[in-house]
Amino acid sequence: MLTLSHISKSFGATLALDDVSFDAAAGEVHALLGENGAGKSTLVAIAAGRMPADRGESRVVSRERTPYSPDTSDDSRPTTRLSLVAQHFTSIPAFTVAENIALAAGWQESGKALGVRARETIARIGLPLDAEAVVETLSVQLRQRLEIVKAMASDPQILLLDEPTAVLAPREVTELLAMVRAFAARGGAVVFISHKLPEVFAVADRVTVLRQGRVTLTGRVAEQTPRSLALAMIGEAPAQPERVAVTPGGTRVHADGLLLRPERGGTPVGPITMECMAGEIVGIAAIEGNGQRELLRAMAGLPEITRVDGTLRVSGAVGFVPEDRTTEGIIPEFSLTENFVLGRVRERWMDWGLLAADCDLALAEYDVRGGNAASAASALSGGNQQKLIFARVLSRQPDVLVAEDPTRGLDLHAAAAIHARLRSAAANGAAVIVHSSDLDEILDLADRVLVMANGKLVTVPAGASRDVVGDAMLGLPTP
Amino acid sequence: MRLAPPSSNSRWRDVGVTAGAFGLGLLFLALFLLVAGFDVPLALGALWRGAFGSWYALTSATLVRATPLILLGLAFTLGSRGGALNIGMEGQFALGAMAAAWMGTHTGALPGVVALPMVLGAGMAAGALWMAVPVLLRLRFGVTEVISTLLLNFVAEAAVSYAVTGPLQEPSGIYPQSASLTMAARLPKLLPMSRLHLGLLIAFAVAVVMAVVLKRSRWGFELRAVGAGPRVAEVSGRIRAGRLLAVALLISGALAGLGGAVEVSGVSYALYLNLSPGFGFTAIAVALLGRLRPGGVVVAGLLFGALEAGAGGMQRDAAIPAVAVQVVQAVVILTMVVAANSGQRTANGND
Repeated sequence: MLTLSHISKSFGATLALDDVSFDAAAGEVHALLGENGAGKSTLVAIAAGRMPADRGESRVVSRERTPYSPDTSDDSRPTTRLSLVAQHFTSIPAFTVAENIALAAGWQESGKALGVRARETIARIGLPLDAEAVVETLSVQLRQRLEIVKAMASDPQILLLDEPTAVLAPREVTELLAMVRAFAARGGAVVFISHKLPEVFAVADRVTVLRQGRVTLTGRVAEQTPRSLALAMIGEAPAQPERVAVTPGGTRVHADGLLLRPERGGTPVGPITMECMAGEIVGIAAIEGNGQRELLRAMAGLPEITRVDGTLRVSGAVGFVPEDRTTEGIIPEFSLTENFVLGRVRERWMDWGLLAADCDLALAEYDVRGGNAASAASALSGGNQQKLIFARVLSRQPDVLVAEDPTRGLDLHAAAAIHARLRSAAANGAAVIVHSSDLDEILDLADRVLVMANGKLVTVPAGASRDVVGDAMLGLPTP
Repeated sequence: MRLAPPSSNSRWRDVGVTAGAFGLGLLFLALFLLVAGFDVPLALGALWRGAFGSWYALTSATLVRATPLILLGLAFTLGSRGGALNIGMEGQFALGAMAAAWMGTHTGALPGVVALPMVLGAGMAAGALWMAVPVLLRLRFGVTEVISTLLLNFVAEAAVSYAVTGPLQEPSGIYPQSASLTMAARLPKLLPMSRLHLGLLIAFAVAVVMAVVLKRSRWGFELRAVGAGPRVAEVSGRIRAGRLLAVALLISGALAGLGGAVEVSGVSYALYLNLSPGFGFTAIAVALLGRLRPGGVVVAGLLFGALEAGAGGMQRDAAIPAVAVQVVQAVVILTMVVAANSGQRTANGND
């Protein structure tokens, strides 16, 4: 149904896609795997017609009969419909769910008729949503669901999903994968972008792996192993560092009955009672918007978080890694040196020569690639920007390290480097508190796992299984 | 919309953009004159002679006009580098001029070394005080300074109008202007037989200090960080952005007030209505043309000084209204804003 042949595309001096061929047939789910920057998003953007290719051909082959849509009265639409769910949300926050669907699908209805059609469509697609809800009041998970509903509303025959599971909890991922399978079973073609191997095995028939703009593997999923895919993605399997058992030291963070004012209003976050010792990594598993942001930011001492009640004691210097690199961590147009020294300079006058030399040393130590002390931070990839942030935070040897979703959007290599940094910070005696939306990461990284749901800490038994923790994240009762 | 330049090494591109914007402005001026039916070569010749045609034109017209434009351009630059737009320089200039006129007529027999700092200091204090209102409104109630500074311009104009017909009016009570400054309160001339005064050197000195502070001091670095990434500055830099910006805006107001004081003490020697022919707005074009860099603002201030001086020449010799050169100003502002924003779009590229 969808055929891309010999596609090449470059941005400036960077070759994003180099002679890539890819196809998706009716009734199949074709996974597109690759690290960040491998060219996956560029490829689907070309397939969706949102971006021209430099060379090569992109063809959507029409079929005689549309697979399941009874609605053929609207002949302004192309005979074969293709929908893209992009990585970034494309809904208008001040509009309702129904209005956003109408906008995406090109409906003409308004008022009552629109509500009826939106409810019917949502029911048919099978991902429950309140049609009348205003989008800005929705959680991130529901907004992601809306993106998918919008894409499905125009009855596509080809569905392009660009990392649709990034913000979802395990249970929701399962729901989504089931929907994708059902769509393919009705004769649709799906291109499913991910960098999570388990999802690929769960949902895809075929898989194509991109690495630095080239196809390194394509074949049936059944014939692959996690190791063969990882090898194709990153060249060599990342070394799994040995877990060193650490003996926790003194208490560095102590919260007792802590109540915090939530950033978006509503009932206060908490009460939270917890501790973190020097030398241990405490992982906070939570889906976005469950109060972990307020808790972490309160521990990081950010002035925007207000304490309502209870006590919070944090002893020593705190290093903070914010979740959004581009708006809170890095100033893109500043040089690496300027970004590196942000918040570290105590002297009244800046000796830029000396600071640049410091920065160069840190770039080498923290393996930041893609620029020198004088280059603009915008030249770095996301992973290298994150390493730069870690260089800034850790070179001050904080006693407490608070990290929000530190590997979000990073590829396996970069994520492994960040994990190693978090572990060595703990080994050097820092109390490390890390939140991640990726449950596997938390389970892998943390000495102790705490779950937050609806603003409260949920106790999970020690050594609880992945499913138990996942249910706790969703606020379901634990056995 | 953004106005600030990237801090990376793009100096030659900056020079190109600046020259291009100014050239484009002149081109549009020529087109405008052509369409309006004027003799274009005659007009542009008069423009050139008015700005550079003689030693007198250069020193007494161009450089004298450039002085307030540079000071006000620097005032705008400081706020903008921190991400705040001071559109109220016209009002701060007027208040600075008023305070300087009052001080300059009350210094009595004090010698110049004492009287001049008092006059200039009064102007700066008044400019900063006038700016304190928008700063408080922003910190307390989140009122954007673009609106509040702009609106205070009208209040300032009314205040000057009241002052020159009331408390500050000259003793005879006939003309709507203040008494003349004492000789000691006047800025000394730099060259004999010209109107060029010490103010130009003051403007240059302010530019040098601002360049050093922005580039080398921690305060300047933090201000640039707040301008380029306010959330990054707060979250990762632990910078109290509000307080830093408040100080920068107060200094910006003080510099605009200094511009008014320098104009009274160096050129007019008294407070008049409409002392400024729109310096506070032209200076925005100057700052943008100078890409919000102190050195660039000096160059752009000299260019616009020449343009305004030339406009006077054009009016005398070719009977073309001087306001015609505002075409250049408008084209420059639009070109520079487009350049700043399109530069950003290419920098962010695709994602």
